[in-house]
Amino acid sequence: MSNFYEKKPDYELSTDSSEDEEALPWITWFCTLLGHDFFCEVQEEFIDDEFNLTGLSQMVNYFTEALDIILDIDTEGSQEDKLEGDEAAMVEMSAEILYGLIHARYILTRDGLERMALKYENADFGYCPRYYCQMTRVLPCGVSDVPEIDTVRLYCPNCNDMYSCSSSRFNNIDGAFFGTTFAHLFFETFPDFLPKNSRTSAISTLGPNPIYIPKIFGFKVSEFSKTSSRMKWLRMRPQDSDSEMESDSIPASAPKNLPLPPDLNATVD
Amino acid sequence: MSDSDSDSEFSKSWVEWFMSLKGNEFFCEVDDDYILDFFNLTGLNAEINCFQQALELITDSLEKYDENMVNQIEKSAKELYGLIHARYILTNRGLMKMQEKHRKKDFGLCLRANCYNNPLLPVGLSDTHKKAVVALYCGCCEDIYRVKQSKHKSVDGAYFGTTFPHLFYDSFPGLKSRIVDPEPSKLRYVPKIFGFKVHDIANIHRWQDKHVERENSRIAKMLENS
Ligand SMILES: [Zn+2]
Ligand SMILES: [Zn+2]
Repeated sequence: MSNFYEKKPDYELSTDSSEDEEALPWITWFCTLLGHDFFCEVQEEFIDDEFNLTGLSQMVNYFTEALDIILDIDTEGSQEDKLEGDEAAMVEMSAEILYGLIHARYILTRDGLERMALKYENADFGYCPRYYCQMTRVLPCGVSDVPEIDTVRLYCPNCNDMYSCSSSRFNNIDGAFFGTTFAHLFFETFPDFLPKNSRTSAISTLGPNPIYIPKIFGFKVSEFSKTSSRMKWLRMRPQDSDSEMESDSIPASAPKNLPLPPDLNATVD
Repeated sequence: MSDSDSDSEFSKSWVEWFMSLKGNEFFCEVDDDYILDFFNLTGLNAEINCFQQALELITDSLEKYDENMVNQIEKSAKELYGLIHARYILTNRGLMKMQEKHRKKDFGLCLRANCYNNPLLPVGLSDTHKKAVVALYCGCCEDIYRVKQSKHKSVDGAYFGTTFPHLFYDSFPGLKSRIVDPEPSKLRYVPKIFGFKVHDIANIHRWQDKHVERENSRIAKMLENS
């Protein structure tokens, strides 16, 4: 599994001159746009194979024109010149949707999974917001495989739960461009990426993964109280027992070295 | 306090100035009379260097001080205010102020998909300062989360304390969004591959369902007996 870690993306990001930007292939350009951080570059060979696009022509308007845009096929003197402003914008939008839907299929292939593994290694998708997941890296996932239902979400393999993206720049990214299957197929394919003990064994205080126990003045909230904790099961695994989970401990990797108190001069505006 | 004090800055009280600092958005304003009641500060003088001057600075009554100590006094004042704050938000007035901030969603929303944007509350993992950064508690999934913005990553959790969110929901039980008789399947994300449940995770879920059933009947029995 180690060989693909060494693979580097086969392009260089050009940030300075606009001439260079125009020379970027559409796919590369698309993946560098703000908020498109989660996409990997789909190989052209995958898109060239009509079999991989089965059914997409019915789902996307201007299918042929959109496909030409994605593949940088210069339709000189024909299509593009004829398109009026509004229509050109619609074709561009179709290209983005088509790319997203192709992307959702591509990342289920061996090549796609490996490209996403590279991004996962790099923590491109961010970390689980849950405190006791201790910065477990997350993967993008969708609630639906049909576009325009829900935005992209994040899956954490430690708590096996799904979260929204904390940054608003992902608010417009469709979850169907990643799909419902990808995150889970990923961990079936690369089980080494699964956090230790995330699937089978118990969570205990002694382990690295405690469960939060609410306390009032140091006492556990009574289980008979109206506001008592009733959701503990959500984070529990087989073999957990209540006594095992008693915990006041701050996990070893919790941010211990607080920059506290903050430097006075730095905070005065 | 700083050379660039403008007129408006100058007329601000110390607490107002503190509240306006970037990163201090989670704090509420502690009433003057709470701070001035020495009973409320019991034990804090042992926790804070230059306690007396820090207290005078917070209450805008600092007159005589050593120029070389200005930075230390400022630092101490911020720590002292934080520790007073942790006590204040457990009082009725403090809880009311925090309720208003909770209503305005000042502490952000739970990112867990099945919590549907439930507003969060700040919580400490320790009541001793300099132990851990502030975290956020969700009353829906009853779990805690890391703060999202880096400006909050230097805020000490002890300035909110371990008790606060739980006393909050005890005081305002109506604000706790809980589905009555929670059916685990509705509150949980079920990972699927091509529409099929992931085997290991399905096992965990089955176990959780049984656990909830067992717990519910145990609690029901104990309530009956009491
Ligand atoms: Zn997690
Ligand atoms: Zn939640």
